[in-house]
Amino acid sequence: MSTIVTDTVNVMSRELKPVWREPASVLFAMVQPLVFLGLFAPLLPEVPHGSALQWFVPGIVAMTCLMGASFTGAALTDEMLTGSHERLLVSPLSRSSLLVGRALKEVVPMLMQTAIILVVVTPFSFDLHLDGVLVGVAILALFSVGIGSLSFALALVSAGQEWLFWTVQQTLIFPFLLLAGMLLPLEGAPGWLQFASDLNPLTYIVEAERALFAGTWPAGTVLAGLAAAAIVAALGVSVGVRAMQRSS
Amino acid sequence: MTIHTQTGPVIVTRGLTRHFTARKQTVEAVRGLDLEIRQGELVAFLGPNGAGKSTTLRMLTTLIPPTSGSASVAGHDVVTGQREVRRAIGYVGQGNGAGHQQLGRDELVSQGRAHGLSRADARRRAQELVEELDLVAVADRKVSTLSGGQRRRLDIAMGLVHLPRVLFLDEPSTGLDPQNRANLQEQVRRLHEETGSTIVLTTHYLEEADALAGRVIVVDHGLVIADDTAARLKSGLGDLVTLAFDRADHAVVAAERAAARFDHTAYVDRDGEVVTVRATGASELAPELVTDLASAGTPVRRIEVARPTLDDVFLNLTGRSLRETAGETAPADSTEENDSETEEVAA
Repeated sequence: MSTIVTDTVNVMSRELKPVWREPASVLFAMVQPLVFLGLFAPLLPEVPHGSALQWFVPGIVAMTCLMGASFTGAALTDEMLTGSHERLLVSPLSRSSLLVGRALKEVVPMLMQTAIILVVVTPFSFDLHLDGVLVGVAILALFSVGIGSLSFALALVSAGQEWLFWTVQQTLIFPFLLLAGMLLPLEGAPGWLQFASDLNPLTYIVEAERALFAGTWPAGTVLAGLAAAAIVAALGVSVGVRAMQRSS
Repeated sequence: MTIHTQTGPVIVTRGLTRHFTARKQTVEAVRGLDLEIRQGELVAFLGPNGAGKSTTLRMLTTLIPPTSGSASVAGHDVVTGQREVRRAIGYVGQGNGAGHQQLGRDELVSQGRAHGLSRADARRRAQELVEELDLVAVADRKVSTLSGGQRRRLDIAMGLVHLPRVLFLDEPSTGLDPQNRANLQEQVRRLHEETGSTIVLTTHYLEEADALAGRVIVVDHGLVIADDTAARLKSGLGDLVTLAFDRADHAVVAAERAAARFDHTAYVDRDGEVVTVRATGASELAPELVTDLASAGTPVRRIEVARPTLDDVFLNLTGRSLRETAGETAPADSTEENDSETEEVAA
């Protein structure tokens, strides 16, 4: 057991070194969310109580988290091409630590990105409720571990056909985002769209984030968001570990 | 500093076999390999691309399981004792072991930690290797900014962090210029002398196998076709003497005289004004032959004397030149080395 922990810490701290050295690299995954924030926010209608930004920002935070974590497999693709992945496979590090250590590292860029967004929007009509934000971030941490694992799994199964990684990632990400009601509310949506949205775990996560970022604590919504993130994490890690065990 | 003093076999394979299927075709990359390599040997697997060298190495380093047969490394089975095998071996693959986004020194420390060294020991060991492999100036730079030769030295350092009992090097000098290749060979030789590690490398450079390895295992189409010291592999082949003349009729006379001078095992051939002789001891007899031909009125205009090479060994064993074969079978290479496109065949 202790070797698994040591191995995982080793893998995670290796993965974090480039992040500490070049913290600006976390901005890469933020380009699209920040464009959405800049160009969408001014179009938002006035809402009767609270600001539209208060409704919009949690979605942007979740989008950034999804973007960053789903891009992360590309780094593994590079390591598979250059040879360092192969070297790690021959080292005594366990296969599961190679996946879990990488997936856990995703929490760090997510925290940095969320902090940047909050710093940017707080001077405008956005109220910062720190306690809610902290719980919201904990849910997002689980979510990014799950999505990161799936991204690594995708990179592993795309070995030798690198185009596959970006094709699948780009194909899935926008339906996933839009069906979560991240940019527009899905309240008047047709039944089929509503149904697809109900199946999307991100829907529950975004709803929980909206409540928490507004400083409200509706227990059902928050727990649903937490459960959805935990399911994504469990699914992602188990798929990812399996893919890593098959890697050669 | 000889660290590994155990004797006896450190690598044993029995009927080691590996098949790949690609586009519904089964490729027998390695076919029933039986090998014993003793502690402290420096062994080169020599063969053209696609011969099965890398596949063999990938099985011995636990990267891929055998289709059938078995292999043990440092006393542990490569399938049931993967973790123990990985602890005992160092592996320098065809790519770069150090991640391109990392700093060289960080990667050495992290590799040391992966092998169970304490933080302080891992740092100390990294510093030793940085000095030994002449990486002081570049160890704290991002790996992607290093030159090919520097990166290769770093790869070797990565493989040596834990003073492995067995070090595997997969085509260590491919892509290096001659100067860097010579340096690398010097480092491998020194390492072998200093640590007593068993070293197994693959190469398609004849000169490399010749210069470096005490034992050369020639592989072709997944089979071992020769296994001996380079000197003994070459000893039966004789030297190659090439004589050029001004006129073809001179060459005809010279060919007759040469054939009479050497025994029946010699091989004499004429092509226009050029005569080639392959015979044991031909180098020693060549001066005499030149004076003899001059006095017979058929003076030699140009002479070349060559000792046999491993290429000649390969030609003699397979009827094909190693250099030509390397070019011909390039497509098969992708089948061997890129198993991502292939599926495993169950044993």
